[in-house]
Amino acid sequence: MTTPTAAAPPSLSADALCFTLNGELERPQSWAPTTTLLSYLRATGRTGSKEGCAEGDCGACAVAIADNSAEGPIFRATNSCILLLGSLHGRAVLTVEGLTQAGEAAHPAQAAMVAALGSQCGYCTPGFVMSLVEATYRPTLAAPGWRREDQLAGNLCRCTGYRPIREALDAVAGSRPADRFAAALCSPAPAAALHVVRDGERFDQPATLDEALALRAADPAARVVAGATDLGLEVTLKGRRWPALLSLEAIAALRGAWVEGQTLVVGATTRLADLEDATEHSIPALHRMLRYFGARAIKSRGTIGGNLCTASPIGDLAPVMLALGAELVAARVSGTRSIPADDFWTGYRSTALTPDELLTHIRVPLPGPRAHQAAFKLSRRRELDISTVAAAFHLELDASGRVERARLAYGGMGPRPLRARGAEDALVGATFDESSVRAAAAALEAELRPLSDHRGSASYRMRVAKNLLLGFLLERQKDGLRAGAAALDLRHTGTLALDAAPGARP
Amino acid sequence: MNAPRTPAADPLHQPAPHESAHLHVRGSALYVDDLPDPPGCLIARAVTSPLAHGRLRALDLRAARATPGVIRVLTAADIPGHNAIGPVVQDEPVLAADLLSFVGQPFALILATSLEAADAAAALVVAEIDPLPAILSIAEALDAGSFLTAPHTICRGAPGAAIDEAPLRVEGSLATGGQDHFYLETQAALVLLEESGSFRVLSSTQHPSEVQREVAGVLGLPSAMVSCEVPRLGGGFGGKESQASGTACLAALGAWATGRPVRMRLRRGEDMRQTGKRHPFWARYRAGFSAEGDLLGLEVELWSDGGATLDLSGAVMDRALFHIDNACFVPALRFVGQVCRTNLPSNTAFRGFGGPQGVAVMQAVLDHAAEVHGFEPLALLRRNLYGGPGRDRAPYGQQVQNNHLHTIIDKLAADADYAGRCAAAAAFNAQSPHRKRGVALHPVKFGISFTKSFLNQAGALVLLYTDGSAQLNHGGTEMGQGLHTKLAAVLAHELGLDPAAVRVMRTSTEKVPNTSPTAASSGTDLNGAAVQDACQTLRARLTPLAATLLGCPVERVRYGGGGVYDAETGARVTHKTLFSKAWMERISLAATGYYATPGIAYDADQGQGTPFYYYAYGAAIAEVELCGLTGEHRLRRVDILHDAGNPLVPTIDVGQVEGAFAQGLGWLTTEELRWDGAGRLLTAGPSTYKIPTAGDLPLALHVALLEGAENPGVVGGSKAVGEPPFMHALAVVSALRRAVAAFGNPGAQVQLRLPATGEALLDAVDAARGGPLL
Repeated sequence: MTTPTAAAPPSLSADALCFTLNGELERPQSWAPTTTLLSYLRATGRTGSKEGCAEGDCGACAVAIADNSAEGPIFRATNSCILLLGSLHGRAVLTVEGLTQAGEAAHPAQAAMVAALGSQCGYCTPGFVMSLVEATYRPTLAAPGWRREDQLAGNLCRCTGYRPIREALDAVAGSRPADRFAAALCSPAPAAALHVVRDGERFDQPATLDEALALRAADPAARVVAGATDLGLEVTLKGRRWPALLSLEAIAALRGAWVEGQTLVVGATTRLADLEDATEHSIPALHRMLRYFGARAIKSRGTIGGNLCTASPIGDLAPVMLALGAELVAARVSGTRSIPADDFWTGYRSTALTPDELLTHIRVPLPGPRAHQAAFKLSRRRELDISTVAAAFHLELDASGRVERARLAYGGMGPRPLRARGAEDALVGATFDESSVRAAAAALEAELRPLSDHRGSASYRMRVAKNLLLGFLLERQKDGLRAGAAALDLRHTGTLALDAAPGARP
Repeated sequence: MNAPRTPAADPLHQPAPHESAHLHVRGSALYVDDLPDPPGCLIARAVTSPLAHGRLRALDLRAARATPGVIRVLTAADIPGHNAIGPVVQDEPVLAADLLSFVGQPFALILATSLEAADAAAALVVAEIDPLPAILSIAEALDAGSFLTAPHTICRGAPGAAIDEAPLRVEGSLATGGQDHFYLETQAALVLLEESGSFRVLSSTQHPSEVQREVAGVLGLPSAMVSCEVPRLGGGFGGKESQASGTACLAALGAWATGRPVRMRLRRGEDMRQTGKRHPFWARYRAGFSAEGDLLGLEVELWSDGGATLDLSGAVMDRALFHIDNACFVPALRFVGQVCRTNLPSNTAFRGFGGPQGVAVMQAVLDHAAEVHGFEPLALLRRNLYGGPGRDRAPYGQQVQNNHLHTIIDKLAADADYAGRCAAAAAFNAQSPHRKRGVALHPVKFGISFTKSFLNQAGALVLLYTDGSAQLNHGGTEMGQGLHTKLAAVLAHELGLDPAAVRVMRTSTEKVPNTSPTAASSGTDLNGAAVQDACQTLRARLTPLAATLLGCPVERVRYGGGGVYDAETGARVTHKTLFSKAWMERISLAATGYYATPGIAYDADQGQGTPFYYYAYGAAIAEVELCGLTGEHRLRRVDILHDAGNPLVPTIDVGQVEGAFAQGLGWLTTEELRWDGAGRLLTAGPSTYKIPTAGDLPLALHVALLEGAENPGVVGGSKAVGEPPFMHALAVVSALRRAVAAFGNPGAQVQLRLPATGEALLDAVDAARGGPLL
């Protein structure tokens, strides 16, 4: 019996791709920098992982990667369809085929799915099983709660209606059996340095920031990639290839979040799932946005820097950074500089970074005693969707309840994430109440010009942008919500948790 | 497949897991695209029309053909047989030769050694196309007089006068949207060449016989030279009933032209752009009610968007017309339906097959009447249900028999405390300015049978082996619905076998010919009866031998408990003994079975007949909470009571009810297909087209099957269960309408369009409260 050891392969060199697949060393011979794990698996006969969409939106291709996290070592369920093979160098991957060896009983996650009738057509099932495997070994899932609810958000099933799959989840979540998988989890191997040229295409995955900056300076045209949750779609949907890719996967120094004084410092390649954990109590508004940012499988790969640097007009974290007054730290060989969030997004999908710079850290001020913050994401579907409107608000009130300072930021309301300065002006100096919200809403109408598209009409976006300001006021009036997202009902109605009960504190 | 050590229980009517579940969870269940590449296998991809309507003037394929890795590039001129397929009328070219009728229509086929090479070649195809004006909606088709069918009319009494003279009237319209099937496995085929120029087609299809027929036609071969096999489907939902044929025919054409095996699987975006969907419908209604709420007359005109070709659109419209009445008796009526032709992919079967679009009309009529005339919705429904003297004839004349509607509605309303929860919602709404709740009950009556009566037939082939094991072949396809699980239980029950001794084989036209599609919820009814028939034949042959072995008269021979026994003494022989002895005695251990549904016929010219063998019934109560600031809503609780007869495998049937509800929920809330003004699909992937996720289903989803509902004349007393529960999701729409109404003043009609997206709901709320909040 082989064990899916999570430790680094013994003979790891930086010039030949090598990773552990279901406990065996895998040394791919035929691959390109844009080859995805899913296409590699299926081309080599591991057809248990399925392609349902090739854009990270259905989870049928999910595999598990042993990794460290804020809650300890875990298997991260990950969409293999948009995972670059090269980024796995040195790591340990588990696919559905690796869960049961000949003569072995089914893994508890598999057995639970069978018992609950969690599979009908079976095509999405291997992906669900891998999400359930992650759940099985996550210590924080032992009790019901939002983390358990979030576990399945990245897997689509068209047959069952999910009830039986949730039952299977409840049966295994946080159970952490002392089996060979748990044993293999003790010290997950990180990604390792890899520098290769394949058919004229270069793939550089340095292990230090200095190396990365040198590579950036040497070839500013190289495409930078972190979690590949955005770049992966360019590969699978548009067939894009690049002469050179610069992967930040193996730079440990860019990962992690810590508090310095009154600031949370976040490494640029910190995974969104880890940031979600790190901000639950320190910056509830940021945490709340991350809860609804996307599916866990995406949050387990996607990075804060990636989200900010793609400079999407919606990019859910950008409005939060604007409202919270974050600073973005960029580095180049010759030094570093700090860019206020207000100056970072310069237009449609463009940023203030120069071609030889890398975003290294984000500095987010912790909310002060007079700060009132909220962040909202409105999308067609609550889970696993792109925003129609994203909004983040920061107010500082004086003792009498008057607004001293206001930062209101929106995504989806223009060509880039932006501040609503007219609405801010309408609030500053006024008491934060329905009358000042009305004035601010009128200012929004004058200053924002949202587009109509398949996610929503301009009229809908504008009404929602205004109503969210009112929702911010109403939430503030409702006791219990000031503690932030953790205090939300598990399944509150959509974006807002509303209604000031009669007689509630004004 | 191990020999039983202890007598096995009869599996019929017992809970059981899905027969392939142990394979699903290991990733070892093989779908078409999981089958290993045969030597020399090529990849096929289509080059498709960029325009919704146009004439292909010139095609330059030189650069595409010169692309490294490209073996052949084919056009319509290369097709050796008929370049026309279609389930009813063969009006759909496999490769468009001249006229391009929708964006995504294939007009060339690239065969290459890799998908990357095929993609590179596709980008180099130069097509000169003269654009033609395109029709992209029902409204545009009505303006242009563009239709695929003649009107189909069902009429009773004098509805015009009944409505005109009625004390209360409502008049309005309802648009229901399309829906992508979003089966997780996209369309796929693998075609192998066999000796003597014959072909083996492995297809993810609900209708292997049609794939066989279409491939033979396209290649100009007799059907006997083409076999179609179906390993399993990663979801079908109607989308692979007629439309699996296009992919299979293209792959077969490629194999024919190159002499090499060919694989073709549509990527998600290709699948969504190229294949048809649920039909969008537009309805206009006029209804008259008595002062007490009795429906006196109803006139409905229905139009559907059939897309570019006929496909199954005629039958979809028929079923929509047959289901406008839903659970309600309508004394005087005129229902007319006609299919529009547009320049969109040809719309096709999708779970419910027009039924949901018809049922939604009656719901709109009743909700509208309740809203503007102040009826309590459930009381209004109860007044109008089928039942009572002279109130049991469907619009087309069929008697509504074994009517469980009253039982179901009474039990569900009591068990789920409809009245108490309506009162609680009203109390909540009174103190909640920005969130409102709504509670609603919605009934379903759904006719079971293919409305094209000749399709109601099925075959089976049962093979017994001398070691006591059995192979089961039948004409149905397994797409997740549990058909194989149920039919294995039927076979085990009929012959007393341990279910572990029964292996259900992949569906093949070599085993059972001339099959009907696995569709119309009929898979179990038809194929199960055929399996029973085969088993009866085998028992007739084996029972005299068993009687000899047991030393008892034939009347005392029973099959059960993993053996064959004497009902009086309990003496047993094993299947192994019986089957091997039969072989020694030269008694055939293989039998075919056949079934045709009796007593159904429909005359479309008269709009009269008995199109259905029976009806399935059910009802659902939904409770929603709606946010008046964003239009978002949350399903708080859903209770469903459904009539599945005496379920063959109850766990499978509960799964069908829950899954159908979720799919209906998507159709009615999150799933919205959007095209641009040129007929290009904007929502061609899961990032933009949103089917429900786990979080969209309520934590409180209570599904129960009606007890004591034995269905006479059907295998095991069961009922078809694939489609009827889809319509339970309409309860959510009524509940949402009630929540919207709570934002406004009583007596106003709720202006809610479907699907009820956040935007549609916020628009409705703003209309109810007389304008935006801010």
